[in-house]
Amino acid sequence: MLGQSLQLLFAGVAQGCVYALVALGFVLIYKATETVNFAQGDMMMLGAFFGLTAATILGWPYWATILFAITVMAVIGMGLERVVLRPVLGYPTFTVVMITIGIGYVIRGIVTMVPGWGTETHALPTPFGNGVVRIGGAVIAVEQIAVIGMTAALVAALFLFFRFAKLGVAMQATSQNQLAAYYMGIPVQRVNMMIWGLSAGVAAFGGILLAPVAFVHSNMGFIGLKAFPAAVLGGFGSVPGAIVGGLIIGIVESFAGFHLAEGFKDVAAYVVVLAVLLVRPSGIFGETVSKKV
Amino acid sequence: MTFFAVENLGVRFGGVVAVDGVSFEVKQGEVYTIIGPNGAGKTTIFNLIGLIYRPTSGRISFEGRELEGAPHHVAERGIARTFQNIELFEHATVLQNLLIGRHRHRRTSLAEEILFLPRVRRAELAQRAAVEKVIDLLELAHHRDSMVAGLPYGVRKVVELGRALATEPRLILLDEPSSGLNPEETDDMAFWIEDMKKELGITVLMVEHDMNLVSRVSDRVLALNEGRVIAEGTPAEVQSHPAVVEAYLGGDD
Repeated sequence: MLGQSLQLLFAGVAQGCVYALVALGFVLIYKATETVNFAQGDMMMLGAFFGLTAATILGWPYWATILFAITVMAVIGMGLERVVLRPVLGYPTFTVVMITIGIGYVIRGIVTMVPGWGTETHALPTPFGNGVVRIGGAVIAVEQIAVIGMTAALVAALFLFFRFAKLGVAMQATSQNQLAAYYMGIPVQRVNMMIWGLSAGVAAFGGILLAPVAFVHSNMGFIGLKAFPAAVLGGFGSVPGAIVGGLIIGIVESFAGFHLAEGFKDVAAYVVVLAVLLVRPSGIFGETVSKKV
Repeated sequence: MTFFAVENLGVRFGGVVAVDGVSFEVKQGEVYTIIGPNGAGKTTIFNLIGLIYRPTSGRISFEGRELEGAPHHVAERGIARTFQNIELFEHATVLQNLLIGRHRHRRTSLAEEILFLPRVRRAELAQRAAVEKVIDLLELAHHRDSMVAGLPYGVRKVVELGRALATEPRLILLDEPSSGLNPEETDDMAFWIEDMKKELGITVLMVEHDMNLVSRVSDRVLALNEGRVIAEGTPAEVQSHPAVVEAYLGGDD
Protein backbone atom coordinates (compact mmCIF):
# COMPACT_ATOMS: atom_id res chain seq x y z
CA MET A 1 0.00 0.00 0.00
CA LEU A 2 2.74 2.41 1.00
CA GLY A 3 4.81 1.23 -1.95
CA GLN A 4 1.93 1.89 -4.27
CA SER A 5 1.42 5.41 -2.94
CA LEU A 6 5.12 6.12 -3.33
CA GLN A 7 4.95 4.91 -6.90
CA LEU A 8 1.97 7.16 -7.64
CA LEU A 9 3.74 10.04 -5.96
CA PHE A 10 6.80 9.66 -8.18
CA ALA A 11 4.72 9.39 -11.33
CA GLY A 12 2.78 12.49 -10.27
CA VAL A 13 5.88 14.53 -9.45
CA ALA A 14 7.50 13.59 -12.77
CA GLN A 15 4.40 14.65 -14.70
CA GLY A 16 4.08 17.71 -12.43
CA CYS A 17 7.62 18.77 -13.35
CA VAL A 18 6.55 19.21 -16.96
CA TYR A 19 3.47 21.19 -15.91
CA ALA A 20 5.75 23.27 -13.70
CA LEU A 21 8.11 24.08 -16.57
CA VAL A 22 5.30 25.20 -18.87
CA ALA A 23 3.70 27.14 -16.00
CA LEU A 24 7.07 28.76 -15.35
CA GLY A 25 7.08 29.98 -18.93
CA PHE A 26 3.63 31.53 -18.45
CA VAL A 27 4.73 33.26 -15.27
CA LEU A 28 8.04 34.63 -16.56
CA ILE A 29 6.35 36.34 -19.49
CA TYR A 30 3.38 37.48 -17.43
CA LYS A 31 5.54 39.02 -14.72
CA ALA A 32 7.65 40.95 -17.16
CA THR A 33 5.13 42.02 -19.76
CA GLU A 34 1.71 41.43 -18.12
CA THR A 35 0.81 39.31 -21.11
CA VAL A 36 -0.49 35.77 -20.84
CA ASN A 37 1.20 33.81 -23.59
CA PHE A 38 -1.33 31.18 -24.62
CA ALA A 39 1.15 29.79 -27.13
CA GLN A 40 3.34 28.52 -24.28
CA GLY A 41 2.11 24.90 -24.70
CA ASP A 42 2.68 25.03 -28.45
CA MET A 43 6.16 26.46 -27.96
CA MET A 44 6.83 23.42 -25.78
CA MET A 45 5.55 21.17 -28.57
CA LEU A 46 7.73 22.92 -31.15
CA GLY A 47 10.73 22.50 -28.84
CA ALA A 48 10.02 18.77 -28.60
CA PHE A 49 9.94 18.55 -32.41
CA PHE A 50 13.32 20.26 -32.70
CA GLY A 51 14.60 17.78 -30.12
CA LEU A 52 13.11 14.96 -32.16
CA THR A 53 14.80 16.22 -35.32
CA ALA A 54 18.19 16.41 -33.64
CA ALA A 55 17.81 12.98 -32.06
CA THR A 56 16.30 10.86 -34.84
CA ILE A 57 17.17 12.63 -38.10
CA LEU A 58 20.56 14.04 -37.17
CA GLY A 59 21.27 11.23 -34.70
CA TRP A 60 22.68 13.51 -32.01
CA PRO A 61 23.12 12.32 -28.42
CA TYR A 62 20.44 13.18 -25.87
CA TRP A 63 22.32 16.05 -24.18
CA ALA A 64 23.13 17.73 -27.47
CA THR A 65 19.47 17.31 -28.43
CA ILE A 66 18.37 19.20 -25.34
CA LEU A 67 20.82 22.04 -25.93
CA PHE A 68 19.81 22.26 -29.58
CA ALA A 69 16.07 22.43 -28.81
CA ILE A 70 16.57 25.04 -26.07
CA THR A 71 18.78 27.22 -28.26
CA VAL A 72 16.54 27.10 -31.31
CA MET A 73 13.44 27.82 -29.22
CA ALA A 74 15.15 30.66 -27.37
CA VAL A 75 15.92 32.29 -30.71
CA ILE A 76 12.33 31.72 -31.90
CA GLY A 77 10.97 33.14 -28.62
CA MET A 78 13.07 36.28 -28.99
CA GLY A 79 12.04 36.59 -32.61
CA LEU A 80 8.36 36.35 -31.71
CA GLU A 81 8.73 39.13 -29.18
CA ARG A 82 10.61 41.35 -31.57
CA VAL A 83 8.53 40.79 -34.69
CA VAL A 84 5.02 40.00 -33.45
CA LEU A 85 4.59 41.34 -29.94
CA ARG A 86 6.66 44.49 -29.73
CA PRO A 87 4.65 46.26 -32.43
CA VAL A 88 1.46 45.80 -30.38
CA LEU A 89 3.02 47.14 -27.19
CA GLY A 90 0.53 49.39 -25.47
CA TYR A 91 -2.54 47.84 -27.10
CA PRO A 92 -5.21 46.38 -24.79
CA THR A 93 -4.31 43.07 -23.11
CA PHE A 94 -7.13 41.43 -25.04
CA THR A 95 -5.41 42.16 -28.36
CA VAL A 96 -2.13 40.74 -27.18
CA VAL A 97 -3.78 37.61 -25.76
CA MET A 98 -5.59 36.98 -29.06
CA ILE A 99 -2.26 37.29 -30.85
CA THR A 100 -0.65 34.68 -28.61
CA ILE A 101 -3.59 32.33 -29.23
CA GLY A 102 -3.03 32.93 -32.92
CA ILE A 103 0.69 32.16 -32.59
CA GLY A 104 -0.30 28.82 -31.02
CA TYR A 105 -2.53 27.94 -33.98
CA VAL A 106 0.12 28.94 -36.47
CA ILE A 107 2.74 26.80 -34.73
CA ARG A 108 0.39 23.77 -34.75
CA GLY A 109 -0.41 24.36 -38.40
CA ILE A 110 3.19 24.70 -39.47
CA VAL A 111 4.29 21.61 -37.57
CA THR A 112 1.76 19.41 -39.37
CA MET A 113 3.07 20.68 -42.72
CA VAL A 114 6.75 19.96 -42.09
CA PRO A 115 7.87 16.73 -43.75
CA GLY A 116 9.03 14.24 -41.13
CA TRP A 117 6.97 15.95 -38.42
CA GLY A 118 3.38 15.88 -39.66
CA THR A 119 0.43 14.66 -37.66
CA GLU A 120 1.93 11.33 -36.60
CA THR A 121 3.05 10.40 -33.13
CA HIS A 122 6.81 10.06 -32.69
CA ALA A 123 8.89 8.51 -29.95
CA LEU A 124 11.90 10.42 -28.69
CA PRO A 125 14.68 8.07 -27.63
CA THR A 126 16.26 8.73 -24.23
CA PRO A 127 19.40 7.22 -22.70
CA PHE A 128 17.45 6.19 -19.59
CA GLY A 129 15.94 3.08 -21.12
CA ASN A 130 13.26 1.07 -19.40
CA GLY A 131 15.19 0.57 -16.18
CA VAL A 132 13.41 0.64 -12.84
CA VAL A 133 14.45 1.26 -9.27
CA ARG A 134 12.74 -0.60 -6.43
CA ILE A 135 12.27 1.37 -3.22
CA GLY A 136 10.24 -0.45 -0.58
CA GLY A 137 7.37 -1.95 -2.51
CA ALA A 138 7.46 0.71 -5.18
CA VAL A 139 8.71 0.28 -8.71
CA ILE A 140 9.92 3.58 -10.07
CA ALA A 141 11.04 4.15 -13.65
CA VAL A 142 14.53 5.59 -14.05
CA GLU A 143 13.01 7.88 -16.64
CA GLN A 144 10.82 9.51 -13.98
CA ILE A 145 13.76 10.00 -11.65
CA ALA A 146 15.70 11.58 -14.51
CA VAL A 147 12.84 13.98 -15.29
CA ILE A 148 12.65 15.04 -11.65
CA GLY A 149 16.42 15.43 -11.35
CA MET A 150 16.74 17.46 -14.53
CA THR A 151 13.88 19.75 -13.59
CA ALA A 152 15.43 20.30 -10.16
CA ALA A 153 18.75 21.16 -11.80
CA LEU A 154 17.11 23.66 -14.17
CA VAL A 155 15.16 25.30 -11.35
CA ALA A 156 18.34 25.61 -9.27
CA ALA A 157 20.18 27.15 -12.22
CA LEU A 158 17.34 29.64 -12.79
CA PHE A 159 17.35 30.53 -9.11
CA LEU A 160 21.07 31.34 -9.20
CA PHE A 161 20.64 33.23 -12.46
CA PHE A 162 17.85 35.47 -11.12
CA ARG A 163 19.66 36.07 -7.87
CA PHE A 164 23.21 36.74 -8.99
CA ALA A 165 23.62 37.29 -12.72
CA LYS A 166 23.49 40.84 -14.01
CA LEU A 167 20.93 39.88 -16.67
CA GLY A 168 18.83 37.88 -14.19
CA VAL A 169 18.69 40.78 -11.75
CA ALA A 170 17.80 43.13 -14.61
CA MET A 171 14.95 40.78 -15.58
CA GLN A 172 13.61 40.84 -12.04
CA ALA A 173 13.88 44.62 -11.89
CA THR A 174 12.04 44.94 -15.22
CA SER A 175 9.30 42.63 -13.93
CA GLN A 176 8.78 44.73 -10.84
CA ASN A 177 8.89 48.23 -12.27
CA GLN A 178 9.64 48.98 -15.91
CA LEU A 179 9.84 52.74 -15.49
CA ALA A 180 12.35 52.50 -12.65
CA ALA A 181 14.31 49.82 -14.51
CA TYR A 182 14.74 52.18 -17.46
CA TYR A 183 16.32 54.83 -15.25
CA MET A 184 18.76 52.32 -13.81
CA GLY A 185 20.07 52.03 -17.37
CA ILE A 186 18.38 48.70 -18.07
CA PRO A 187 17.38 48.33 -21.74
CA VAL A 188 13.86 47.19 -20.87
CA GLN A 189 12.76 46.17 -24.36
CA ARG A 190 15.83 44.05 -24.95
CA VAL A 191 15.39 42.45 -21.54
CA ASN A 192 11.75 41.64 -22.36
CA MET A 193 12.89 40.02 -25.57
CA MET A 194 15.33 37.88 -23.61
CA ILE A 195 12.57 36.91 -21.19
CA TRP A 196 10.60 35.57 -24.16
CA GLY A 197 13.70 33.66 -25.21
CA LEU A 198 14.20 32.25 -21.72
CA SER A 199 10.56 31.29 -21.50
CA ALA A 200 10.65 29.51 -24.85
CA GLY A 201 13.87 27.74 -23.87
CA VAL A 202 12.29 26.50 -20.63
CA ALA A 203 9.27 25.32 -22.66
CA ALA A 204 11.55 23.38 -25.01
CA PHE A 205 13.19 21.70 -22.02
CA GLY A 206 9.72 20.75 -20.73
CA GLY A 207 8.78 19.35 -24.14
CA ILE A 208 11.81 17.10 -24.23
CA LEU A 209 11.18 15.87 -20.70
CA LEU A 210 7.55 15.15 -21.55
CA ALA A 211 8.38 13.32 -24.78
CA PRO A 212 9.24 9.89 -23.30
CA VAL A 213 6.01 9.94 -21.29
CA ALA A 214 3.56 11.33 -23.81
CA PHE A 215 5.32 11.01 -27.19
CA VAL A 216 5.85 13.88 -29.61
CA HIS A 217 2.89 15.01 -31.68
CA SER A 218 1.39 18.23 -32.91
CA ASN A 219 -1.28 18.36 -30.21
CA MET A 220 0.98 17.79 -27.22
CA GLY A 221 0.85 21.55 -26.63
CA PHE A 222 -2.59 21.18 -25.12
CA ILE A 223 -0.76 20.32 -21.93
CA GLY A 224 -0.79 24.09 -21.57
CA LEU A 225 -4.39 23.67 -20.46
CA LYS A 226 -3.05 21.85 -17.38
CA ALA A 227 -0.08 24.11 -16.88
CA PHE A 228 -2.22 27.24 -16.88
CA PRO A 229 -4.24 26.14 -13.82
CA ALA A 230 -0.90 25.16 -12.25
CA ALA A 231 0.28 28.75 -12.60
CA VAL A 232 -3.02 30.09 -11.26
CA LEU A 233 -2.91 27.66 -8.35
CA GLY A 234 0.58 28.79 -7.38
CA GLY A 235 -0.43 32.43 -7.61
CA PHE A 236 -0.05 33.83 -11.11
CA GLY A 237 3.10 35.86 -11.21
CA SER A 238 5.02 33.81 -8.66
CA VAL A 239 7.95 31.71 -9.90
CA PRO A 240 8.03 29.32 -6.91
CA GLY A 241 4.23 29.23 -7.15
CA ALA A 242 4.38 27.94 -10.73
CA ILE A 243 6.64 25.09 -9.67
CA VAL A 244 4.64 24.14 -6.58
CA GLY A 245 1.38 24.49 -8.53
CA GLY A 246 2.68 22.23 -11.29
CA LEU A 247 3.79 19.57 -8.82
CA ILE A 248 0.45 19.65 -6.95
CA ILE A 249 -1.51 19.21 -10.17
CA GLY A 250 0.74 16.35 -11.28
CA ILE A 251 0.39 14.55 -7.95
CA VAL A 252 -3.38 15.10 -7.73
CA GLU A 253 -3.82 13.73 -11.25
CA SER A 254 -1.70 10.71 -10.54
CA PHE A 255 -3.65 9.76 -7.40
CA ALA A 256 -7.03 10.62 -8.90
CA GLY A 257 -6.28 8.49 -11.95
CA PHE A 258 -5.60 5.48 -9.78
CA HIS A 259 -8.10 5.80 -6.95
CA LEU A 260 -11.09 7.48 -8.58
CA ALA A 261 -13.37 6.41 -11.37
CA GLU A 262 -12.24 6.87 -14.94
CA GLY A 263 -12.48 10.43 -16.18
CA PHE A 264 -11.71 12.00 -12.85
CA LYS A 265 -8.04 12.19 -13.72
CA ASP A 266 -8.61 15.03 -16.15
CA VAL A 267 -11.00 16.99 -13.96
CA ALA A 268 -9.20 16.50 -10.66
CA ALA A 269 -6.71 19.27 -11.42
CA TYR A 270 -9.45 21.83 -12.00
CA VAL A 271 -11.35 20.72 -8.87
CA VAL A 272 -8.23 21.34 -6.80
CA VAL A 273 -7.70 24.75 -8.43
CA LEU A 274 -11.29 25.74 -7.66
CA ALA A 275 -11.01 24.56 -4.07
CA VAL A 276 -7.74 26.43 -3.46
CA LEU A 277 -8.97 29.61 -5.11
CA LEU A 278 -12.08 29.58 -2.91
CA VAL A 279 -9.84 29.69 0.15
CA ARG A 280 -7.01 31.78 -1.29
CA PRO A 281 -8.27 33.76 -4.27
CA SER A 282 -4.76 34.91 -5.18
CA GLY A 283 -3.26 31.41 -5.19
CA ILE A 284 -0.78 29.79 -2.85
CA PHE A 285 2.10 32.22 -3.28
CA GLY A 286 0.08 35.06 -4.71
CA GLU A 287 0.06 38.33 -2.91
CA THR A 288 -3.21 39.83 -1.88
CA VAL A 289 -3.57 43.10 -3.66
CA SER A 290 -5.68 45.50 -1.70
CA LYS A 291 -6.37 48.84 -3.22
CA LYS A 292 -6.42 51.84 -0.97
CA VAL A 293 -9.54 53.92 -1.43
CA MET B 1 30.77 74.21 -22.89
CA THR B 2 27.32 74.32 -21.37
CA PHE B 3 26.78 71.55 -18.84
CA PHE B 4 23.10 71.04 -19.50
CA ALA B 5 20.97 72.99 -21.94
CA VAL B 6 17.38 72.91 -23.10
CA GLU B 7 16.79 74.90 -26.29
CA ASN B 8 13.39 75.93 -27.59
CA LEU B 9 11.83 72.74 -26.23
CA GLY B 10 8.22 72.13 -27.19
CA VAL B 11 5.76 69.26 -27.12
CA ARG B 12 2.10 69.06 -28.03
CA PHE B 13 -0.35 66.28 -27.25
CA GLY B 14 -3.04 66.53 -29.90
CA GLY B 15 -4.21 70.12 -29.73
CA VAL B 16 -2.74 70.81 -26.31
CA VAL B 17 0.61 72.56 -26.23
CA ALA B 18 2.07 71.27 -22.96
CA VAL B 19 5.52 72.82 -23.32
CA ASP B 20 6.01 75.78 -25.62
CA GLY B 21 9.49 76.94 -26.62
CA VAL B 22 11.20 76.52 -23.26
CA SER B 23 14.93 77.27 -23.06
CA PHE B 24 17.22 77.23 -20.05
CA GLU B 25 20.74 76.28 -19.07
CA VAL B 26 21.98 74.56 -15.95
CA LYS B 27 25.56 75.20 -14.84
CA GLN B 28 27.67 72.45 -13.41
CA GLY B 29 27.46 72.31 -9.62
CA GLU B 30 24.32 74.37 -9.11
CA VAL B 31 20.86 73.59 -7.81
CA TYR B 32 18.38 74.71 -10.45
CA THR B 33 14.68 74.59 -9.64
CA ILE B 34 11.63 74.71 -11.87
CA ILE B 35 8.49 76.08 -10.25
CA GLY B 36 5.02 76.83 -11.52
CA PRO B 37 1.36 76.18 -10.81
CA ASN B 38 -0.22 72.79 -11.52
CA GLY B 39 -0.30 72.00 -15.22
CA ALA B 40 2.50 74.43 -16.01
CA GLY B 41 4.45 71.65 -17.75
CA LYS B 42 7.11 70.93 -15.13
CA THR B 43 6.83 67.14 -15.04
CA THR B 44 6.37 67.11 -18.82
CA ILE B 45 9.79 68.76 -19.13
CA PHE B 46 11.23 66.06 -16.86
CA ASN B 47 9.65 63.40 -19.05
CA LEU B 48 11.15 65.05 -22.12
CA ILE B 49 14.59 65.10 -20.50
CA GLY B 50 14.01 61.50 -19.41
CA LEU B 51 13.27 60.61 -23.07
CA ILE B 52 9.83 59.20 -22.24
CA TYR B 53 8.22 61.74 -24.55
CA ARG B 54 9.62 62.88 -27.87
CA PRO B 55 9.68 66.65 -28.23
CA THR B 56 7.87 68.21 -31.19
CA SER B 57 10.55 70.89 -31.31
CA GLY B 58 13.85 71.83 -29.76
CA ARG B 59 16.75 69.89 -28.36
CA ILE B 60 18.29 68.86 -25.07
CA SER B 61 22.04 68.59 -24.66
CA PHE B 62 24.15 67.30 -21.82
CA GLU B 63 27.91 67.79 -21.56
CA GLY B 64 28.02 69.05 -25.13
CA ARG B 65 26.19 66.09 -26.71
CA GLU B 66 22.54 65.80 -27.62
CA LEU B 67 20.48 63.68 -25.24
CA GLU B 68 18.58 61.15 -27.34
CA GLY B 69 17.54 57.53 -27.63
CA ALA B 70 15.53 55.36 -25.24
CA PRO B 71 15.06 56.11 -21.52
CA HIS B 72 17.85 53.72 -20.51
CA HIS B 73 20.36 55.86 -22.38
CA VAL B 74 19.66 58.65 -19.89
CA ALA B 75 21.16 56.63 -17.04
CA GLU B 76 24.11 55.61 -19.20
CA ARG B 77 24.87 59.29 -19.80
CA GLY B 78 25.11 59.86 -16.03
CA ILE B 79 21.69 61.34 -15.33
CA ALA B 80 19.55 59.93 -12.52
CA ARG B 81 15.95 60.70 -11.68
CA THR B 82 13.42 60.39 -8.88
CA PHE B 83 9.66 60.47 -9.32
CA GLN B 84 6.84 62.43 -7.80
CA ASN B 85 4.98 59.22 -6.94
CA ILE B 86 8.02 57.08 -6.01
CA GLU B 87 8.93 54.27 -8.39
CA LEU B 88 10.72 51.57 -6.40
CA PHE B 89 11.16 47.83 -6.76
CA GLU B 90 8.52 47.02 -4.16
CA HIS B 91 9.28 43.34 -3.64
CA ALA B 92 12.93 43.80 -2.91
CA THR B 93 14.89 45.03 0.07
CA VAL B 94 16.37 48.50 0.40
CA LEU B 95 19.82 47.04 -0.23
CA GLN B 96 18.65 45.24 -3.38
CA ASN B 97 17.06 48.44 -4.68
CA LEU B 98 20.29 50.34 -4.21
CA LEU B 99 22.29 47.53 -5.82
CA ILE B 100 20.14 47.71 -8.95
CA GLY B 101 21.25 51.32 -9.05
CA ARG B 102 24.72 49.91 -9.76
CA HIS B 103 23.48 48.13 -12.90
CA ARG B 104 25.27 50.41 -15.32
CA HIS B 105 28.52 49.93 -13.43
CA ARG B 106 28.37 46.13 -13.61
CA ARG B 107 30.65 45.15 -16.44
CA THR B 108 30.94 41.40 -15.94
CA SER B 109 29.60 39.00 -18.58
CA LEU B 110 27.25 36.09 -17.94
CA ALA B 111 30.04 33.60 -18.69
CA GLU B 112 32.32 35.21 -16.13
CA GLU B 113 29.49 35.20 -13.62
CA ILE B 114 28.77 31.49 -14.17
CA LEU B 115 32.44 30.73 -13.53
CA PHE B 116 32.46 33.21 -10.66
CA LEU B 117 35.91 34.47 -11.60
CA PRO B 118 37.92 36.52 -9.09
CA ARG B 119 37.12 39.58 -11.24
CA VAL B 120 33.39 39.01 -10.61
CA ARG B 121 33.97 38.72 -6.89
CA ARG B 122 36.03 41.92 -6.79
CA ALA B 123 33.43 43.76 -8.87
CA GLU B 124 30.62 42.67 -6.56
CA LEU B 125 32.54 43.80 -3.49
CA ALA B 126 33.12 47.18 -5.15
CA GLN B 127 29.40 47.58 -5.95
CA ARG B 128 28.52 46.70 -2.39
CA ALA B 129 31.03 49.24 -1.03
CA ALA B 130 29.61 51.96 -3.28
CA VAL B 131 26.10 51.21 -2.02
CA GLU B 132 27.23 51.25 1.60
CA LYS B 133 28.55 54.78 1.10
CA VAL B 134 25.08 55.89 0.00
CA ILE B 135 23.51 54.06 2.95
CA ASP B 136 25.82 55.94 5.32
CA LEU B 137 25.15 59.29 3.70
CA LEU B 138 21.36 58.94 3.85
CA GLU B 139 21.33 57.13 7.20
CA LEU B 140 19.52 54.11 5.78
CA ALA B 141 21.53 51.49 7.72
CA HIS B 142 18.58 50.74 9.96
CA HIS B 143 16.39 49.81 6.96
CA ARG B 144 19.06 48.02 4.90
CA ASP B 145 17.31 44.64 4.84
CA SER B 146 13.69 45.80 5.07
CA MET B 147 11.30 45.11 2.20
CA VAL B 148 10.45 48.35 0.46
CA ALA B 149 6.72 47.55 0.32
CA GLY B 150 6.47 47.77 4.12
CA LEU B 151 8.33 51.05 4.63
CA PRO B 152 6.68 54.37 5.51
CA TYR B 153 6.36 56.97 2.75
CA GLY B 154 9.11 59.24 4.03
CA VAL B 155 11.66 56.43 4.11
CA ARG B 156 10.68 55.22 0.63
CA LYS B 157 11.34 58.69 -0.68
CA VAL B 158 14.85 58.55 0.78
CA VAL B 159 15.41 55.05 -0.64
CA GLU B 160 14.50 56.34 -4.08
CA LEU B 161 16.97 59.19 -3.68
CA GLY B 162 19.58 56.67 -2.54
CA ARG B 163 18.99 54.45 -5.54
CA ALA B 164 19.45 57.46 -7.84
CA LEU B 165 22.71 58.33 -6.06
CA ALA B 166 23.90 54.73 -6.34
CA THR B 167 23.99 55.17 -10.13
CA GLU B 168 26.71 57.82 -9.51
CA PRO B 169 25.09 60.51 -11.62
CA ARG B 170 26.63 63.82 -12.60
CA LEU B 171 23.15 65.34 -12.93
CA ILE B 172 20.18 64.34 -10.80
CA LEU B 173 16.55 65.19 -11.59
CA LEU B 174 14.35 65.41 -8.50
CA ASP B 175 10.61 65.54 -9.14
CA GLU B 176 9.04 67.17 -6.07
CA PRO B 177 11.48 65.80 -3.50
CA SER B 178 9.47 67.16 -0.57
CA SER B 179 5.97 66.07 -1.61
CA GLY B 180 4.37 63.92 1.07
CA LEU B 181 7.13 64.62 3.61
CA ASN B 182 6.58 66.12 7.05
CA PRO B 183 8.53 69.29 8.02
CA GLU B 184 11.29 67.30 9.72
CA GLU B 185 11.76 65.02 6.72
CA THR B 186 11.70 68.03 4.39
CA ASP B 187 14.47 69.53 6.50
CA ASP B 188 16.56 66.36 6.04
CA MET B 189 15.88 66.49 2.31
CA ALA B 190 17.21 70.06 2.18
CA PHE B 191 20.42 68.94 3.90
CA TRP B 192 20.88 66.07 1.47
CA ILE B 193 20.34 68.28 -1.55
CA GLU B 194 23.06 70.56 -0.20
CA ASP B 195 25.30 67.54 0.49
CA MET B 196 24.80 66.26 -3.05
CA LYS B 197 25.89 69.60 -4.42
CA LYS B 198 28.77 70.34 -2.05
CA GLU B 199 30.16 66.94 -1.13
CA LEU B 200 29.31 64.77 -4.12
CA GLY B 201 29.56 67.52 -6.72
CA ILE B 202 26.29 66.48 -8.33
CA THR B 203 24.31 69.08 -10.25
CA VAL B 204 20.67 69.15 -9.19
CA LEU B 205 17.71 69.98 -11.42
CA MET B 206 14.46 69.83 -9.51
CA VAL B 207 10.78 70.52 -9.67
CA GLU B 208 9.40 71.68 -6.33
CA HIS B 209 6.35 73.35 -4.81
CA ASP B 210 7.54 74.05 -1.28
CA MET B 211 8.86 77.61 -1.58
CA ASN B 212 10.75 77.38 1.72
CA LEU B 213 12.77 74.46 0.38
CA VAL B 214 13.19 76.18 -2.98
CA SER B 215 14.56 79.38 -1.42
CA ARG B 216 16.82 77.45 0.91
CA VAL B 217 18.63 75.22 -1.58
CA SER B 218 18.26 76.73 -5.05
CA ASP B 219 20.91 78.79 -6.77
CA ARG B 220 18.56 79.71 -9.58
CA VAL B 221 14.86 79.30 -10.23
CA LEU B 222 12.83 79.06 -13.44
CA ALA B 223 9.12 79.85 -13.29
CA LEU B 224 6.76 78.30 -15.83
CA ASN B 225 3.12 78.93 -16.58
CA GLU B 226 1.03 77.21 -19.22
CA GLY B 227 4.12 75.67 -20.79
CA ARG B 228 6.05 78.94 -21.14
CA VAL B 229 8.91 80.49 -19.20
CA ILE B 230 7.68 83.54 -17.26
CA ALA B 231 10.71 84.32 -15.10
CA GLU B 232 14.23 83.19 -14.28
CA GLY B 233 16.64 84.32 -11.59
CA THR B 234 17.52 83.94 -7.92
CA PRO B 235 14.75 82.52 -5.67
CA ALA B 236 13.99 85.99 -4.30
CA GLU B 237 13.86 87.63 -7.73
CA VAL B 238 11.53 85.01 -9.14
CA GLN B 239 9.21 84.98 -6.14
CA SER B 240 8.62 88.71 -6.35
CA HIS B 241 8.36 88.82 -10.15
CA PRO B 242 4.95 90.26 -11.12
CA ALA B 243 4.27 87.53 -13.72
CA VAL B 244 4.91 84.83 -11.11
CA VAL B 245 2.66 86.48 -8.56
CA GLU B 246 -0.03 86.75 -11.18
CA ALA B 247 0.34 83.13 -12.28
CA TYR B 248 -0.10 81.86 -8.73
CA LEU B 249 -2.70 84.31 -7.44
CA GLY B 250 -4.41 85.33 -10.64
CA GLY B 251 -4.36 88.90 -11.90
CA ASP B 252 -7.26 91.22 -12.40
CA ASP B 253 -8.36 90.80 -15.98
